[in-house]
Amino acid sequence: MATLSSTVSVKVPQTRQGGGGSTPPTFGGGGGDGRGGNGSPDYGERLRRARLGLAVGLTPVIMLFVSFTSAYIVRQGLPTLDVRTNTYVHDWLPVNLPWVLLLTNTVILVVSSVTMELARRQITRQAALAPVTSIPGVSLGEERKFPWLGITVVLGLGFLTGQWMAWRELAARGFYVATSASSSFVYLLTAMHAIHLAGGILALLYSAVTSLLRKPVEARRIVVDITAWYWHFMALLWIYIFALLEIAR
Amino acid sequence: MASTEIVHAHAAPQGFIRKYIFSLDHKIIGLQYYFLALIAVFLGMGLSLLMRIHLIWPTASLPIFGDIKPETYLMFVTMHGTIMVFFVLTTAPQGGFGNYFLPIQIGAPDMAFPTLNMLSFWTTFVAFVVLIAAFFVGAPLHGWTGYAPLSAVPSSGPGEGLGADLWITSIALFCAASLMGALNFITTTLDMRAKGMSMMRMPLTCWAWFITAILGLLAFGVLAAGGILLLMDRNLGTSFFVPGGLNFTGQTSFPPGGFSPSTDLVKHNGGSPLLWQHLFWFFGHPEVYIAIVPGMGVASQLLSTFSRKPIFGYRAMVYAMLAIGILGFVVWGHHMFMSGMSPYSAFAFSIMTMAIGVPSAIKTFNWIGTIYKGRVRFHTPMLFAIGFVSLFVSGGLSGPFLAQPVLDIPLHDTAYVPGHFHLIMGVAAIFGIFAATYYWFPKMFGHMMNETLGRWHFFITLVGTYSIFMPMHYLGMAGQPRRYSQLTEVAYLHPLIPLNRFITYAAIVTIAGQFIFLFNLFWSMAKGKKAADNPWEATTLEWTTATPPPHDNFGGRTPVVNHGPYEYSVPGAPRDYVMQSDPATAQVH
Amino acid sequence: MGLALLAIIWLITFFSTYFFVAKTWWLPVGASAAAPWIDHQFALTYVLMGIVFVAAQGSLGLFVWQYRDRGSASQVHYSHGNTTLEVLWTVLTGVLFIGLNLMGSSVWASERFEPAGPGAVQVEASGLQFAWYFRYPGADGKYGRTKPELMDASAGGEAAVGLDTGDAASKDDVVSGTMYLPVNREVDLALRAQDVIHSLFIPAMRFKQDAVPGLIIHMHFKPVQTGDYEIACAELCGLGHYKMHGMLKVVSQEEFDKWLASKEAEKQ
Repeated sequence: MATLSSTVSVKVPQTRQGGGGSTPPTFGGGGGDGRGGNGSPDYGERLRRARLGLAVGLTPVIMLFVSFTSAYIVRQGLPTLDVRTNTYVHDWLPVNLPWVLLLTNTVILVVSSVTMELARRQITRQAALAPVTSIPGVSLGEERKFPWLGITVVLGLGFLTGQWMAWRELAARGFYVATSASSSFVYLLTAMHAIHLAGGILALLYSAVTSLLRKPVEARRIVVDITAWYWHFMALLWIYIFALLEIAR
Repeated sequence: MASTEIVHAHAAPQGFIRKYIFSLDHKIIGLQYYFLALIAVFLGMGLSLLMRIHLIWPTASLPIFGDIKPETYLMFVTMHGTIMVFFVLTTAPQGGFGNYFLPIQIGAPDMAFPTLNMLSFWTTFVAFVVLIAAFFVGAPLHGWTGYAPLSAVPSSGPGEGLGADLWITSIALFCAASLMGALNFITTTLDMRAKGMSMMRMPLTCWAWFITAILGLLAFGVLAAGGILLLMDRNLGTSFFVPGGLNFTGQTSFPPGGFSPSTDLVKHNGGSPLLWQHLFWFFGHPEVYIAIVPGMGVASQLLSTFSRKPIFGYRAMVYAMLAIGILGFVVWGHHMFMSGMSPYSAFAFSIMTMAIGVPSAIKTFNWIGTIYKGRVRFHTPMLFAIGFVSLFVSGGLSGPFLAQPVLDIPLHDTAYVPGHFHLIMGVAAIFGIFAATYYWFPKMFGHMMNETLGRWHFFITLVGTYSIFMPMHYLGMAGQPRRYSQLTEVAYLHPLIPLNRFITYAAIVTIAGQFIFLFNLFWSMAKGKKAADNPWEATTLEWTTATPPPHDNFGGRTPVVNHGPYEYSVPGAPRDYVMQSDPATAQVH
Repeated sequence: MGLALLAIIWLITFFSTYFFVAKTWWLPVGASAAAPWIDHQFALTYVLMGIVFVAAQGSLGLFVWQYRDRGSASQVHYSHGNTTLEVLWTVLTGVLFIGLNLMGSSVWASERFEPAGPGAVQVEASGLQFAWYFRYPGADGKYGRTKPELMDASAGGEAAVGLDTGDAASKDDVVSGTMYLPVNREVDLALRAQDVIHSLFIPAMRFKQDAVPGLIIHMHFKPVQTGDYEIACAELCGLGHYKMHGMLKVVSQEEFDKWLASKEAEKQ
């Protein structure tokens, strides 16, 4: 109920920092450590900081996939020296992708993004109402704690399972990781995305764990919020990869 | 990733482990990075000493190491470069001093994500351990640049098996650690500045750390991509970098037992060695700016402080660093003029490379302009800052030779290139680290370093490093190629051996001189003269706080900033320096 | 201390510049048609950069002495800079650097944008760990087929490049460990590598080009002076990189024809 940690020995700062969740001025400002003027945690500031951190952190992920993309596009057009004839040939072999399966996986991932967003909004509402519900005697009625987060985890695992099945299908069609340049890229791009998505699932599980550990709901809200935006990014990234592999075969 | 706990700033940690091993305090983490870099730099120097000795006395049998075979020499070359570039130049200036002083200089109590900060150090540490492990299984011989197919085919030479896999793994871990660090630096700078600390009032050291972090953020992901593709080529039989039709029968002595065409080499087809070079250098060029930009920030800070004069052209300095950062991403092809890349691309890259000389020149003019009509105090930090400018000029001016493809024809892959980049990275950047050490030592450890020892260290190192690296330009023009373990086989190199011998002697003396610094560093921690809170009479926020700074940096206060960072000798002011958090007056900016 | 710094900086500047001006260690005498142009661009660059070098180091040394803290005698000029000066030296530096580059670009274009002319001598240079082999296509002007599985460096000669003797075009191919070229004729060099990246570097010809596995790279140059010119490998290629060298012998056209004929005769 209480949103203050009980281990605090508060030293009240002399000057006002960042403030309790207000929008910081354009220059300067926001220099606090996440505490407001009265020593209580400034969750607004922390949320902003966490979101900024996520935006920054997603930049190298984008650079990773930009690198893979440029390697893919260039390799597609690159002539290869055939040492038998000493002539250059184009040896790009389009991969026979199991696109129905991949499309199904895409739908699963998009739906999981929807459920993730519902989970995010759910906890945002709970966090906004937290100060009210901490007043003894006040009750807001029974908001059904629909397990959107749990559903997202299930759908995420479903996506990964579907990707595994797609790899099995590719192998059955004769495309292994080293079969051709094109197949190498298919495995590379899908595997790299899957690894990052698995990280997202771990973050979701951590969100679930924090609710069990009874952390303050505002703190939990930040974890879920960041995970949600990461999750949406993963969905967009997958759509991009799928489009790239299908359109630029 | 986001720390949602009550920030540790409230209560200092108890217990040795929480306080010094798994600390969340950016100051301790900064020191951890610094001492890791210190170990790395002495290891890297030792390797270079072995290399120089072998070059002059190739048949000599050394104590402990015995005979140094050609492949061993190349292992030294590879590990020296990897250790120095990653674990010294990308660690000490940014992870070391940046971690320690960025939050304090902007008036924050810690970094944005202290747990992530701790993780980034320990990941760097593990990366270092993995790299050292390569020594024990046979380190790779492909150079820090790791060109494929030499690095992509395990049978290309000794150490290219497990050793190369460990090398790639170490670098991949280092990428992850750097990216975590960059995240922290950028978020902290954007979101945690104290009231009144606008971006244009930040010390230039903070700008440097900020820009360096952005460079790292954009560059290390590309290196990671290259590393992943290389691991796949080596272990999964893919052909990103390995073309078909290769044959390694030329090496009759390796691999042991002989090479058999029936190995998986036959399966490779269609890979492009140039793809590795593009990916590597897209990272590699910003990397060298990551290595030097923090030193530029330190030089600006110290030249202003010890000339008692504002930095000449603060805005220009900021824009110049930004320009260097941006342009640094479009010049990578100048490492590839001889690679078989299109000559038209080469032309484009060379124009951009010459362009990047312009902001570098601006910074140099402004440093000299800062000293002009100043009042120079020759404390050791200032000596190294002055040395930095001299070395930056020398190393920088050999750049325009290499930047022109037609001049790169005789100079590429000759000793001219290590002459150029060592003057900048191997000396100027190191001078930046030394300068920062002597400057901030009082604040970190509460004692002053010994001035006499500092001066000896400075003069030996300045003269010594010039003696080592300036002659390499002459050797390069005469046609001495890089990475030769001996100069005995190619006849036209024989007349160059005496100059090589001179370089080796200079290296021995210079490396010996570094032990003066090492002694001074540790002796002063215990026995140095006690330091006041602001021994240099400097203006930036770290000098307003206690020595060493308390756990939350400002002892419960939070500074409010009213002045720019370099208000020295302000006309009409009571002292010749106005600290950033001094009360506002009408006279200053 | 200021005086010591001035002295050290000026001495370093003096000695560095001296060895450049005295050309104690310098580029070898040029022996190709492109060498004078390259050397001219080199000279222009080092004169201009030399002036900047001396001016910058000189003023650094001078100022640290001239503006040393002399107690009450020192008067600091409080200033945040001078925008006019900034703009001026930015523009001048830009003009200098970009201009220098554009001046050298015509030499680069003539060396690299155009292929070899007709009538150039055809030579294929193959780099392998750790030797160079040079192949001449013979009277038919065509290189015979090579096969990776036939490559055997220990056997040398044709076997080193994996020549497929079954191919008709191979009959007149000549493989040599030494490159012979006729003087005053352009050579169309086809660079190949069998295993890792090597680089063919002939300092006197001002010639360097990486030999990349998976590519056949055509480069041209024109030797204008007879003599023996050592070839070094200029890209790290493994443990034998330091001893991977060869020899270019530039001879008269008659001697070249004689040499080629004798090599053809050896094949019978």
